[in-house]
Amino acid sequence: MSACDVIVLGAGPAGASAAIEASKAGLNVVLLDAGAAAGGQVYRAPPGSFRVTDAEAMGPDFAIGDGLRQELAASPAKCFFGRSVWHIAPGFVVRAVFEGNTEVYEAPTLIVAMGTHERVIPMPGWTLPGVMGLAAATILLKSQRILPGENTVVAGTGPLLAAVAASILKGGGKVAALVELSTRMDWVKALPSLISRPDLLKRGFGWLGELRAAGVPIYRGHALTAITGDAEVTGVEIAPVDAQWRPLAGQRRTIAADSVTIGHGLVPSTEVTRLMGAKHEYRHEQGGWVALRNEDFETTIPNIFVAGDGAGIAGAAAAALRGRITGLAVARRAGRKIDASRETTLRAQLGKAERFGHAISDLMQARPGLIETMTPETIVCRCEEVTRADLDSAIRDGARDVNQMKAWTRCGMGPCQGRMCGEAAASLLAAVQGGDRSKVGQLTARPPLRPIPYEAIVGQFDYADMELPEPQPG
Amino acid sequence: MFDTAIIGGGIMGCASALELAEAGMSVALLERRFLASSASGVNAGTLSLTDVRAALVPYALRSVELWRTLSERLGFDIHYREIGSITVAFNDREAEVLRERIAAKAALGIAVDIINAKRAREIEPALCEDVKLAAYCAEGGYANSAATGRAYRLGLIRAGVTLHEQAEVTRIERNGDGFVVSTANGVSLNARRIVLAGGSWLGGLGKMLGIDFPVHWRVSQVSVTERMKPSVSHVVSHAYGLLTLKQSDNGTILIGGGWQGKGDPERGPAEVLPQNLIGNLRLALQTIPALQGTRIVRTWLGLQAHTPDAMPLVGPIPGVENAFILGGVRTGYTCGPYVGKLFADILLGKEPELPLFHAPFNPSRFTAPSGNERLALTA
Ligand SMILES: Cc1cc2nc3c(=O)[nH]c(=O)nc-3n(C[C@H](O)C(O)[C@H](O)COP(=O)(O)OP(=O)(O)OC[C@H]3O[C@@H](n4cnc5c(N)ncnc54)[C@H](O)[C@@H]3O)c2cc1C
Ligand SMILES: Cc1cc2nc3c(=O)[nH]c(=O)nc-3n(C[C@H](O)[C@H](O)[C@H](O)COP(=O)(O)OP(=O)(O)OC[C@H]3O[C@@H](n4cnc5c(N)ncnc54)[C@H](O)[C@@H]3O)c2cc1C
Repeated sequence: MSACDVIVLGAGPAGASAAIEASKAGLNVVLLDAGAAAGGQVYRAPPGSFRVTDAEAMGPDFAIGDGLRQELAASPAKCFFGRSVWHIAPGFVVRAVFEGNTEVYEAPTLIVAMGTHERVIPMPGWTLPGVMGLAAATILLKSQRILPGENTVVAGTGPLLAAVAASILKGGGKVAALVELSTRMDWVKALPSLISRPDLLKRGFGWLGELRAAGVPIYRGHALTAITGDAEVTGVEIAPVDAQWRPLAGQRRTIAADSVTIGHGLVPSTEVTRLMGAKHEYRHEQGGWVALRNEDFETTIPNIFVAGDGAGIAGAAAAALRGRITGLAVARRAGRKIDASRETTLRAQLGKAERFGHAISDLMQARPGLIETMTPETIVCRCEEVTRADLDSAIRDGARDVNQMKAWTRCGMGPCQGRMCGEAAASLLAAVQGGDRSKVGQLTARPPLRPIPYEAIVGQFDYADMELPEPQPG
Repeated sequence: MFDTAIIGGGIMGCASALELAEAGMSVALLERRFLASSASGVNAGTLSLTDVRAALVPYALRSVELWRTLSERLGFDIHYREIGSITVAFNDREAEVLRERIAAKAALGIAVDIINAKRAREIEPALCEDVKLAAYCAEGGYANSAATGRAYRLGLIRAGVTLHEQAEVTRIERNGDGFVVSTANGVSLNARRIVLAGGSWLGGLGKMLGIDFPVHWRVSQVSVTERMKPSVSHVVSHAYGLLTLKQSDNGTILIGGGWQGKGDPERGPAEVLPQNLIGNLRLALQTIPALQGTRIVRTWLGLQAHTPDAMPLVGPIPGVENAFILGGVRTGYTCGPYVGKLFADILLGKEPELPLFHAPFNPSRFTAPSGNERLALTA
């Protein structure tokens, strides 16, 4: 067991920044992440064997990410990578698997910065090989330099679409079409908030310029209504949508492609704060359920802090700032001297970054009509092969809450624990209750947070030495 | 005015509501959350005759008969599988406990045989080689407890029960010979008779009537693996009652045995204790070596009511005319359908097939006798 002052969970921009600040202020910090290096989703490090010869060509993310990794390495924080956190006990005792064994870390303060996961509202064909989430495509592109296919449709919501499409072009791939749910008007409406970060806005326009130059067809206000093909992707079918993103009848168009990447926004990963019993509230524009927190990012469970997109989607810049502020706040509360004026400056910067981030996040969030892309036969839960018809039938039988739905249909009971299907199931339940997602509840978090090898829990043992509790009454 | 208002929609409340409504009574069922969303919906689903306490064997035996047709009766598949059970011992002490307990249960009428290790491994090849002695019973098996709420919901609505879900009872008042029952979400209804079937929350419900029932709770743990190829074909348990294990049709293996976590009626089940997770899984791996190499997908906890003598709390509530308690039954999932039926028979004025309100179960063993109407005193 290794003891310290603070354990930071997740080494994305938020966690890494928190660890840097808290450790520099004199606290003994341990940082844990399942990945091989710091950086998280957005600043994912290239693989070890990959030598960067032209940092300029890698784009601004690479430089920021590399800067963060260097700052972290130079800080006193102790970083442990390849650690998948699976259980946390009050106090706090963190268990993580590393190379098949459980390690235990202990600290009186916890900073949770586990980022996001991607929402995908299914459509027929989405389980075909060749279909992947925007997040998975980003990982392939950023850290392994692999294209999703030779001719890819990029579909869904938000700025990730243009970013992924531009990366595909840069990697030498072809983009068959960009199919976006938002309209030009939606973007125009968000503009006043987006102007707070002209640099990022400019980058977005840059991506679009590259797509246009390459002659990529762009369909706005359109949904992917089906992915076609028997054993592999042969194309997609798209349709224009109404203001609630319901596909309009009878206006289908087909596009040939061999691969598809899709995503319908990001959802904060709250499994730790749910596991620990913190209070949450539903914030549509921030991606869904988020832990209630005070201005120091402390949750309703004393000494558990949340940072980054896991505290509500606001983007990479805001994630890093939140991380720094949380790190400073934790140090301040532990009696360490911190530069108060720096905290004030960071908070002002955060306000700006959040305005931009929330506007983007709001654009990305799935609207209620999108559930109509799920036909009755569409598989919603891939782990347990639960279809929309199965879910509809449970709703007819009286299911009203996400945990009840899970019990009744097995939707979300498999290895992904609802990370893939939870949003779709919750949207269907909400649709019969006036569209109010907060009414259908949150999935209960249960250990292990990720499926883990049996041996990593039980370790080595000899039955003869085991002390069994008293027999149950006979 | 309902004939009966049942408070608590676990298997005890549901099973008795079904029987009463099918016999023609007007029944209201009030449930704090959703039907079978506590113990009755998260339990390990073991319905084996070898794993119930001796005192409950006669009830479990008859309950298994009801389980065989329960899915059909309710109109939804609760996945009852009659695969029998095999209970193992690994050393002399465990073997002694097993012999003694099985002898007591066999005397109560279950068809169970003590078998040697070789025979045990013929019947269940998945068992490890260290088995010293075992007991085998061909009757009983398991069901999918997660489906309980859905099945009873359909059955109860069809039987004409008035259901109130997300309706936590917060007040019970006298109204003539009957009661007014009020909930946090604004329901208020009249009933001639009330039944407290609130599981681990019975203590709080008793207080509404001015009675202190000594109901505590246990916070039991269950784990499930990822899908595995078919390898275990019986319910497998341990002589001490510290393991129950079975493989579902979908290939996952469910591991229970009453190891404890933390939690209470207010917070619900809250905290898996790693040392108890490790203990439970070690005992399972010792018993079924094929678990080696799989992954654990999920571990959860549920609250179950616990009484000082670990015996049920069933019968008329002393000093409160027309009020009854129904709970605290260990292996209550196994016994539920039959206990609910016996309970209904008594309320319906029929002669019960087995005693239910007798001394070992009767709440009067814990509440001092009193001539006063308790509820009237608190009003
Ligand atoms: C595909 C994709 C691309 C994105 N691109 C951009 C972009 O270009 N610009 C932008 O502003 N935002 C982008 N975002 C949003 C983005 O996630 C962030 O804003 C940013 O990465 C948030 O930082 P974070 O530190 O909060 O979380 P993350 O960067 O997601 O970091 C969370 C870390 O927690 C670790 N973790 C999670 N669970 C566990 C566990 N159980 N055990 C151990 N470690 C764990 C993960 O390995 C990860 O490293 C993108 C998101 C996605 C999904
Ligand atoms: C993890 C676990 C594993 C188990 N494994 C097995 C097994 O394998 N085999 C077996 O036979 N038994 C098993 N059991 C025991 C079995 O589940 C219980 O004995 C049985 O389910 C108890 O049923 P009940 O109806 O008395 O209680 P519960 O199922 O707890 O139902 C009581 C209900 O009352 C409701 N309630 C409480 N207060 C109020 C109020 N004020 N207003 C309205 N409603 C209220 C609650 O919400 C709850 O739904 C297990 C139990 C647990 C927890």
